[in-house]
Amino acid sequence: MPKQIIKGREIVANDWTLLRAPEAAEGTSAEDAATAAETLTVPAGRVIVPLATWLAQRDALASRAANREIGVWIAPHEDPVALREDLPRLALVAVDFPKFTDGRGYSHAWNLRSRLGWTGELRAIGDVLRDQLFSMQRVGFDAYDTRPDRSIEDALKGLTVFSETYQASVDQRVPLFRRHARPTPAAGA
Amino acid sequence: MYQYDQYDHLIIRERIEQYRDQVQRRLNDELTEAEFLPLRLQNGLYMQRHAYMLRIAVPYGLLSSKQMRMFAHIARKYDRGYGHFTTRQNIQFNWIKLEETPEILSDLASVEMHAIQTSGNCIRNVTSDEFAGVAADEIIDPRPYAEVLRQWSTFHPEFIALPRKFKVAINGAVEDRAAIAVHDIGLTVVKNEAGEIGFKVMVGGGMGRTPILGSVIREFLPREHLLTYTEAIMRVYNLHGRRDNKYKARIKILLKALGVEEFARQVEAEWEDLKGTEQTLTLEEMERIIAYFQPHGYKALPSYDAAAAHADKPFHNWLKRNVKPHKQPGYAAVVLSLKKTGVPPGDATAEQMEYMADLADRYSFGELRVTHEQNIVLADVEQSQLYALWLEIKSHGLATPNIGLLTDIICCPGGDFCSLANAKSIPIAQAIAERFDHIDFLHDIGDFELNISGCINACGHHHVGNIGVLGVDKDGSEWYQVSIGGAQGNNSAIGKIIGPSFSAQQMPEVIDRLLQVYVRERTPEERFVDTAQRLGIAPFKEFVYATPIETAGRLVGEDEYA
Repeated sequence: MPKQIIKGREIVANDWTLLRAPEAAEGTSAEDAATAAETLTVPAGRVIVPLATWLAQRDALASRAANREIGVWIAPHEDPVALREDLPRLALVAVDFPKFTDGRGYSHAWNLRSRLGWTGELRAIGDVLRDQLFSMQRVGFDAYDTRPDRSIEDALKGLTVFSETYQASVDQRVPLFRRHARPTPAAGA
Repeated sequence: MYQYDQYDHLIIRERIEQYRDQVQRRLNDELTEAEFLPLRLQNGLYMQRHAYMLRIAVPYGLLSSKQMRMFAHIARKYDRGYGHFTTRQNIQFNWIKLEETPEILSDLASVEMHAIQTSGNCIRNVTSDEFAGVAADEIIDPRPYAEVLRQWSTFHPEFIALPRKFKVAINGAVEDRAAIAVHDIGLTVVKNEAGEIGFKVMVGGGMGRTPILGSVIREFLPREHLLTYTEAIMRVYNLHGRRDNKYKARIKILLKALGVEEFARQVEAEWEDLKGTEQTLTLEEMERIIAYFQPHGYKALPSYDAAAAHADKPFHNWLKRNVKPHKQPGYAAVVLSLKKTGVPPGDATAEQMEYMADLADRYSFGELRVTHEQNIVLADVEQSQLYALWLEIKSHGLATPNIGLLTDIICCPGGDFCSLANAKSIPIAQAIAERFDHIDFLHDIGDFELNISGCINACGHHHVGNIGVLGVDKDGSEWYQVSIGGAQGNNSAIGKIIGPSFSAQQMPEVIDRLLQVYVRERTPEERFVDTAQRLGIAPFKEFVYATPIETAGRLVGEDEYA
């Protein structure tokens, strides 16, 4: 069975390959890891490449990008602002959650949608689990490459946990208090 | 007080279903403990030494008699008949079964309560002044803004996996009773020269391993910008706070690393395009929330001198310590002491909870407050009723006249319950309380903050105690490090450690010796903290360590006093 992802609120086939630099040995410096990513070979087909790979090879990847074959993923410590000029050339942007407890990816998604004007597919990758999907959806993700050892059908349920939310985010720019006439206290309360 | 509307109810209901499902999946092993841990923590459920502990949010410490009765019900039905009020104005129950937690949440929802974000790396329950709305020195009632923040931060999608926990406190009075300087964000409601309401914004205070007082990053933030500006602070922290070391992950470390000016600059830059967005508060919304916190229907009463009416010395002691001034003539705020000698600080039995709820209904418009010193307040008592109230509560162990005195000890649950603790804290508090269980002596010593934490996480606020006691582990045994000169409030200060640590048995004598130095050195009207800050640790240290402290006929301690 081909690998599946959630797109919007549907389970669909994943027709993208996620390219990751080989697991760096313990003690590898950040610079060495970045160099490794810069020199990665990008396989054929539709590929989501690390940010460092894109920045190092974007001229070589230009024609493939023009064919809508290239996406870029961002690690928690990276800044999506690095993609500002390149976004129109990308078919997909992904944000990595190496551990679901590292919440930087939520702010990256918010920035991509709210400040960088990204309207294409925004995919959560990595440790992506049912119980985080609702928040991911709120900050602007619309695709979820959920962890393969868990049922994707179950994960889908995570998108519909709440039918109301208090605060504004990407999915709803207007907070609850501006959307509804909320009551005032009964007299004498 | 605030009352849930249909939207609050809906969100809480859906939350309970989500959580019920998460618990079921954990029990079915569909969730690993590592995956379940952050989920249960964001619902206030900790694994303790013997059982689960459930921490329930008391928003800014304010609760109704109905809610207090529900705590009594939970204590009886799901726990061992008592609960523990915390330094963050919440309540926790220490003997909880995981399988029963969804039912507890349903019970809580029926009285408009929950346990959301009482733990975990998210924005926690906002705390405030226990005398908010009634304090004689209040400028602006901070509770409406605390409620605005509560709603905004509840399930904020972007800030649910922060580098570390995040605590906000808000004060609106001349005197800071909310300990804002030791919070991640400390807000003071202020008025500018034009009479507009806004906030002085302090960031980066905290206790724990690295005690730091907060720094002001903005002198005046117009109130309508409260949420967008907080969002800016949170985003800077979420993206740049350290995640490589949990002990360096609080916002205070980021602020120190960047410097106050650079941190403030980043927040202002982040805020620039948030300012004025839809999340900006409308006047209508602020007035709607403020309407829930209007003064009660007070009677027009003359001022009444309860002390003159009743020549009863114990009553006078109680008036002096446990009764606080009120805005409204003829009324007073009363602190019910949960610090009776022999009882763990902050603990209350189900019977006491029900009794306090009854008192609230009979004496104080059906409302109560939890203080961060772990006592309970009846905020609106008629002065002419004080004597009757005192007579009643004496027989229920709630009239100990020790508020703000040496035996009004702030104390975490410590090693008896908490799996993080290095050492027990409650027995230390009890031993000290027993040693100094003499009301005239306590009143002579006067204003005093003795704070005890069982570990460096500082839930007992030891850094800001006039005397702070910290439990430490050395080679598997429990020791206690003592600091003096700490303070909370407007003149917050971090205490200084006096020297090598002590055994549990030595602690009452250590406190006694510190007090002896104070009594010897004090000038008239000088409080312990003033003397300690004026003289520094030297004379205290010298006297405490001058001769061995013997316990049960033998030397106990790590030091040979060589």
